[in-house]
Amino acid sequence: MNFGRKLACAVLVLVMTASVAANWLAPAGYAKQYREATDAPPSSTHWLGTDAMGRDRFARVLYGTRISLLLAPAAALLSTLMAALIGGLAGYLGGVWARMAMAVTDLFLSLPWLFLLITARALMPLNVSPLVSVLVTFMLLGLLGWTSAARVLCTSAGSLRASDFVRQARAAGLSGQRLFWVHVVPNLKPVLYAQFWISIPVFILSEANLGILGLGVAEPMPSWGSLLKELEGLVSVGEEPWKFVPLILLVVVVTSFQFLLSGQEEVAA
Amino acid sequence: MRGLKWRIAGHTLALLATVLLGGLLSATLVRLAPGFDVDERELDPHLNPQSVQALRDARQQDHNIFRFYLSYMKRAARGELGTSLSLGQPVRTLLRDRAPLTLRLLSMGLGLAWLLTLTLALSAAWLRLSVYDALTTVLSGIFLCIPAAVLALLSVLWNVPGSLAIALIVFPRTYRYTRNLLMKAYSLPHIVTARAKGLGEARILFWHVVPVVTPQLLAVAGVSVSMAVGAAIPVEALCGLAGIGQLAWQAALARDLPLLVNITILVTLVTLLANSGADVIGYAVRRQEG
Repeated sequence: MNFGRKLACAVLVLVMTASVAANWLAPAGYAKQYREATDAPPSSTHWLGTDAMGRDRFARVLYGTRISLLLAPAAALLSTLMAALIGGLAGYLGGVWARMAMAVTDLFLSLPWLFLLITARALMPLNVSPLVSVLVTFMLLGLLGWTSAARVLCTSAGSLRASDFVRQARAAGLSGQRLFWVHVVPNLKPVLYAQFWISIPVFILSEANLGILGLGVAEPMPSWGSLLKELEGLVSVGEEPWKFVPLILLVVVVTSFQFLLSGQEEVAA
Repeated sequence: MRGLKWRIAGHTLALLATVLLGGLLSATLVRLAPGFDVDERELDPHLNPQSVQALRDARQQDHNIFRFYLSYMKRAARGELGTSLSLGQPVRTLLRDRAPLTLRLLSMGLGLAWLLTLTLALSAAWLRLSVYDALTTVLSGIFLCIPAAVLALLSVLWNVPGSLAIALIVFPRTYRYTRNLLMKAYSLPHIVTARAKGLGEARILFWHVVPVVTPQLLAVAGVSVSMAVGAAIPVEALCGLAGIGQLAWQAALARDLPLLVNITILVTLVTLLANSGADVIGYAVRRQEG
């Protein structure tokens, strides 16, 4: 592991630990309002100031990071499992199944990702409780984000199906189901891992986009998307630079993931 | 020539099938979405029971998905795309009025993105300086890590045109592929030999590199249209530009499903046309080169 990757790993561990320890590190809960100090600049009490409703920004950044960093991998896991099931099985079965799976994949891929997300999000009720909005947002990411991974897995499973060892196993009388679970799936693991890691930064950025557009996590629950929505009220960049902390944190985390992924992308392809 | 015709026919069929299937899928989702069969007008205390019943009867035909979809397609074939629930205007008028701005924004954004991509990628391939290559990669990497909506917000703060925001959203994605393609092409044995023999850079580029990379670059260009359409949503929504992207956002926020279905079909059509066009041109180029 080179220095860049080690640094990226350390940054991710640090951010993740801080967000998990939000209950102890944050001066107050993410929804607690200090009505006497709304829109306050950074001080010894509020390290990153307060927002327009008087909520401590540092606490909201910590809790928001926890939500985004825990649920993005959960959504990535869901999408990778779906991709493995749909793409892997279709590729293994081949023929009409593979063609059908690829037609559905093409249909999803023909729409721009953000457009597909806002369309699907609009189909769900928008006036829901904050917790439900968190679940809906990340479930949606997981349920819609499987397509490109499925395409890769379908191709990989297809080439495995035609490989010598699978042919020999089939000739030896191994059943289709056993062949799939014992010989095909374990060989798809590197591609599955790569797809899982690639999906995480994509989902973090997608949640941020949805949040800024008002279609993500509902108030008062914080997430990187809802925290970045605050930038909308800025008049100039230099005016309140502390409001950029969530953005800087997001860029640092996504960059760290990109560093870690630099080797994985070749496997995924 | 015959192969090209078959390819065009194949793409047209695939386009038709995708639009029909996509439309059916959208109609099904609209039909199944929570709150589909609810009309707020029914809550109006001024309406008598007969009027409320009339409103319910009017929605009766929408209950069967296939009948709903068939009647929608019939009307769409006549150019009637229905009426927006949130804006109260015909969808056709809304799309017609907003399309020019989006088209202008997309064409300028894509033009700028490709200008930046080709300038940086070509200079990286020509110079072959590891420092310069690392700098351009870091630059594109930074833009790749910033959410598209934040770039749109920053463009408002810095008072720069929306097309530049679209360019900066698309550029890092196109740059990565283009740089890799050019680097690979410049390391091909015949191009290395041509360089070693002292052939001019312009001649190497136009005679040896361009023919090699054109088909793949065309494919990336096709995909970049889809990226730009996706980028138009946050840019138009947050920069206050009244285009189709902003319309899609407003429709999503208001859960204006009839409007959203029409925009979905339109966007599918545009992105598929761009990808099919790129594929057909790429095929024609490959054939011409033999």
